[in-house]
Amino acid sequence: MLEVREVWKSYEGAPLLRGLSFHLARGETACLLGPSGSGKSTLLRIIAGLEPAEAGQVLWEEQDLAPVAPHARGFGLMFQEYALFPHRNVLENVAFGLRMQNLPKAETDTRARQALARVGLADFSQRRVTDLSGGEQQRVALARALAPRPRLLMLDEPLGSLDRGLRDQLLADLRRILALDGTPALYVTHDQEEALAIADRLLLIHDGRLQRSGTPAQVYADPGDAWVAQFLNMGTLVPARVIHSSPLRAQSDLGILAPRCTHTHHAVGEYLTLLVRRAPVTLERAARRRDNLVRGIVQEVSFRGDSYRATLDCSTHRVAFELPHPVAPGTVLSIHLAPEAVLCLK
Amino acid sequence: MRRSNAFFFGLALLSLVVGSCMPAVPGPGSTPAPRTLKIMTHDSFDASTSLIDAFEQLHNVRLNILKSGDSGAALNKAILSKDVPLADVFFGVDNAFLSRALGAGIFDAYDAPALGTIPSAFQLDPQHRALPVDYGDVCINYDKAYFASHILPLPKSLDDLTQPEYRGLLVVEDPATSSPGLAFLLATVAHFGDPGYLDFWKALRANGLAVVDGWETAYYTNFSAASGHGPQPMVVSYASSPPAEVVFADPPISEPPTGALIGQDMCFRQIEFVGILHGTPNRDLAEAFVDFMLSRSFQEDMPLKMFVFPVNPQAGLPQVFSRFAEIPAQPATLAPEEIASHRDSWIQAWHQAVLE
Amino acid sequence: MMSGAGRVPQASYGAGGSRRSLLLLVLPLAFLALFFFYPLLSILRLSLSATGESQPLALSSILAPLGFTLWQAALSTLLTFAVGMPSAYLFARFEFPGKRLLRALTTLPFVLPTVVVAVAFNALLGPRGWLNLGLMTLSGANTPPIQFINTLWAILAAHVFYNTAVVLRLVGNAWAHLDPRLGLAARVLGASPWRAWREVTLPLLRPAILAALVLVFLFDFSSFGVVLMLGGPRFATLEVAIYTQALHLLNLPLAALLSLIQIACTLSLTTLYARLAPQLSAPSAPRAAEEASQQPVAPRQRLAAVLLVGLLLVLLVAPLAALAARSVARMEPDRGQRTSVSAGLTLSYYRELFINRREALFYVPPIAAVRNSLGYAAATVIIALALGLPAASALARTSRFGRQVDALLMLPLGTSAVTLGLGFVVALDTPPLDLRASPLLVPLAHSLVALPFVVRTLQPALASIPERLRMAAATLGASPWHVWREVDLPIVARAVSVAAAFAFTISMGEFGATSLVARPEYPTVPIAIFRFLSQPGALNYGQALAMATLLMGLTLAGILVIERLRLPGVGEF
Repeated sequence: MLEVREVWKSYEGAPLLRGLSFHLARGETACLLGPSGSGKSTLLRIIAGLEPAEAGQVLWEEQDLAPVAPHARGFGLMFQEYALFPHRNVLENVAFGLRMQNLPKAETDTRARQALARVGLADFSQRRVTDLSGGEQQRVALARALAPRPRLLMLDEPLGSLDRGLRDQLLADLRRILALDGTPALYVTHDQEEALAIADRLLLIHDGRLQRSGTPAQVYADPGDAWVAQFLNMGTLVPARVIHSSPLRAQSDLGILAPRCTHTHHAVGEYLTLLVRRAPVTLERAARRRDNLVRGIVQEVSFRGDSYRATLDCSTHRVAFELPHPVAPGTVLSIHLAPEAVLCLK
Repeated sequence: MRRSNAFFFGLALLSLVVGSCMPAVPGPGSTPAPRTLKIMTHDSFDASTSLIDAFEQLHNVRLNILKSGDSGAALNKAILSKDVPLADVFFGVDNAFLSRALGAGIFDAYDAPALGTIPSAFQLDPQHRALPVDYGDVCINYDKAYFASHILPLPKSLDDLTQPEYRGLLVVEDPATSSPGLAFLLATVAHFGDPGYLDFWKALRANGLAVVDGWETAYYTNFSAASGHGPQPMVVSYASSPPAEVVFADPPISEPPTGALIGQDMCFRQIEFVGILHGTPNRDLAEAFVDFMLSRSFQEDMPLKMFVFPVNPQAGLPQVFSRFAEIPAQPATLAPEEIASHRDSWIQAWHQAVLE
Repeated sequence: MMSGAGRVPQASYGAGGSRRSLLLLVLPLAFLALFFFYPLLSILRLSLSATGESQPLALSSILAPLGFTLWQAALSTLLTFAVGMPSAYLFARFEFPGKRLLRALTTLPFVLPTVVVAVAFNALLGPRGWLNLGLMTLSGANTPPIQFINTLWAILAAHVFYNTAVVLRLVGNAWAHLDPRLGLAARVLGASPWRAWREVTLPLLRPAILAALVLVFLFDFSSFGVVLMLGGPRFATLEVAIYTQALHLLNLPLAALLSLIQIACTLSLTTLYARLAPQLSAPSAPRAAEEASQQPVAPRQRLAAVLLVGLLLVLLVAPLAALAARSVARMEPDRGQRTSVSAGLTLSYYRELFINRREALFYVPPIAAVRNSLGYAAATVIIALALGLPAASALARTSRFGRQVDALLMLPLGTSAVTLGLGFVVALDTPPLDLRASPLLVPLAHSLVALPFVVRTLQPALASIPERLRMAAATLGASPWHVWREVDLPIVARAVSVAAAFAFTISMGEFGATSLVARPEYPTVPIAIFRFLSQPGALNYGQALAMATLLMGLTLAGILVIERLRLPGVGEF
């Protein structure tokens, strides 16, 4: 339904967005992931029509939106700083979009209250927005964006200020609402777990371009790119040199690694970047040589609820891994990486 | 920023300190500290520094001259503060307001010796509470170049001003807000009588009369011969204005570009008075100052300072005055009591006749 | 769930917060009582009991000036806003080269004595002004086609000339601090640009607009020189009538009655304002002004910016430029010289300022006049800020009788300078208050007029500070005084500099009250200018213009300096 085509935008002379293109289908929730300053918020504003792109198009159902004014596009945008109207109370804020549609007052009132109830603030309708806590303001902003039932919902870090339980609950609510209405959504966040929880598709933006696009499973299975792997904090990047083509084996500082590669043939002597994923490992006491065996000194060990996460200091790299039971820091250890844990990257 | 703060603070402190300084600062050297004599006057007062210094030296006094606004404002202040007078001497009440001042009782009488030499026509107060110091004639000034280039004869009487050849050429000031404007109104009353003067003014109005608020506007905005290059070549001003144009010319000129119309009753004589304020603790010094004002040296200094004429007949006029000032032979005058009792109604009637 | 935490009360925190606010009001109220109410009541009592030469009162002599005063003030205010609002928008939202200079230039008219403004307007628009001369040569007419001076238009134009700066600064400042995202949010929610402006921007600007409205209206309401000199005798406002009655006709009872009516009108206006203006303007996270402004990009924006800047230049800067040009030009036609005179540029008028050619007793070296003016202005800034900051702080917090105090603080603006000046003479005659001849009276009088401007500028800024910030500071160990100094002051630093600029300009240009209370040995520059214009002669005229140009230059420098002042240790927020 939404197509962003070759959008270019610069900021203070330097290019910000360079020919960004992607597609958003009906009912699809896409997560825009990228470092701060990568232009995610700017992209949202361009799509909303609040800022002009320097080149490229934004199309909705094949129609170019360039001649359509922001207030006529029917898109919802929830700002990162909420942008609640300080001179209006909570209910009036939420009802604003409905009022702009010139609906009868009774309907406006009902729907606004519904939206408020959906975010759990049903009793807050008469409060001044300036009296609210950060989390409450955020929920009001969310309700305000949802109330007019937009054709496309854009959310800029919508759940940042909330505590865990509330965030999970709202996340679930959001997914339900979006699925129910079939509303496509663009979700900007820096929290990967949130992204994984809500996204049908991940859009990773780096250096103004779309670096990787795919479902969370696809991206995690095959980041494809060193930057993506690093940004998603998927593990350790290890340079290696191919010593055997098929099956693929490469020599690295960590030892000989046998990576999983989805790409075609790699010649012997070729240099690769490998990703050692953080994954459950098995301990290897024996000193015999094997592929995918990494030896080092245990550094931090932390409890993660259902497993332990530890880092192995291998003099040249630090490798993170998971264990079902703790291990004392300072122990010298050999761990065996599962085959899926080592990936090829471009 | 601290420095700027300190700078401003220091300035403020300085002005506070200066403000709370006592007026009597001990004089240099001499053992008895000089006394202070306060003279209350209007804004136009001026005199040569050397004369003032000489007086101060002679009497071991420090003169504190309080300029208090225009003559109306100054008089008002003097009357309002008569129980706790602001000064010892008041100079600047003119014949239009003389009755008011005398009626308020702000002056004490002083029979100055110099009065003997001053013509009786100036001595409007027989009780010598207010003593005449100078006079000035309010006359219509005209633009010589304009009249020459249009080959227009000069008006010789007030009635001439209503003639069609002078249509739209005269600007006058509102008598309610301007001293020369009031003076000119009084001249017309003196000449045409009450209520005859109103017909004259109605005729003037029909002849394109321009009316403005005060002398500054009339002279510098409306008058064609002044630096403002206005549209009217005739303005109600002073007989001393043409010499002033020569004195203040830049570059220097050899004769004034303006002249004064001095036909019968076309000018009104304003006389300024000085008086010793009732309740002054410095009576002797006040008398000395009054004598000083009537003395020849001061009287001869006045024309180039205040652009007025001396009442003392022994005082000579500076050359620029004797050459260029035209003194009317028959200026209009009215008795102060008459002015006092009818001034307000005349002004009101004038407003109705001319402005409404 | 922790959602209950962090709810922030609106009132000032801590016990005794409102008591502390009342304490803050003591000094300003005492100042007002001593130097405004006491002299006022004295002169009114004296005048109303005065017998003597008073005429029977005609109702028309009261109603007519009252009606006209209200009418011209309303019209002037409307026109001022018509010019001021777009200009405020321009300055709030756009960056362009010369912006700071232009803003300072538009504040300059505030400082010019009306005498000088009359000359400037006449040079441009008078019967022999450039406009008329140009039109006459084009059309070949003999009489000037544009009748401007001595019409209502002259009064209106002069008022716009004077007061646009008030709207520009007050509303512009508030607008610059407005979060632009609010407008964007409204647009995304379906509001057209016009509707977004009306629903979001305008309500948030309302406090600043109302403040500017009341200041401009009061200023026009009590306007004196403009009506007298540019309007001429046909137009009489209450102020002119008071002046005429009191100082020329010496009819004090009528003058006092008119004064009372004037004060009554002012009081009802200020009370209405205090009631209408929201007591606490909506706190929004204050943001640096530069965040919201940008270079105009779209061609439509560029065009609008150019047009607005052009309008401002023509309306506000051209008369000033005409004045300055006239002060260096010798344009005398043949005026009786025997030798021919060449027209051209000259600095002789400026040179003449420094020469006491005729040994005049009251010759004022321009340095002295400048020094006096600056000294008075500095004192005024300090007094006005010292009184205005606590007053604005107090008014921004409590609402108990803040409304009444607010209305009272603005009274001096709508009170006749003549009445006040005479009141000083009558009231301040016994020691230790025998200030009648003290130079301190001048900055006191100036501060009375500057105080409403300072309070109106500071109050919205102080009220917009989120209570949260103060609480955070308190938990970090800051005493109330420190909270005020570390939180409030830096955030309102910009507003403080605007207020200081106002106070400075008002003091530099004040003439009416000053001429009534100043000591002659400390004349200010406006008084010196007026002295030159009270005598004939090209030299006097030239020197007056030279002095006026000096005044403009001085004030411009002063404004620019004030705007650059930073509070110790903290940059502008």
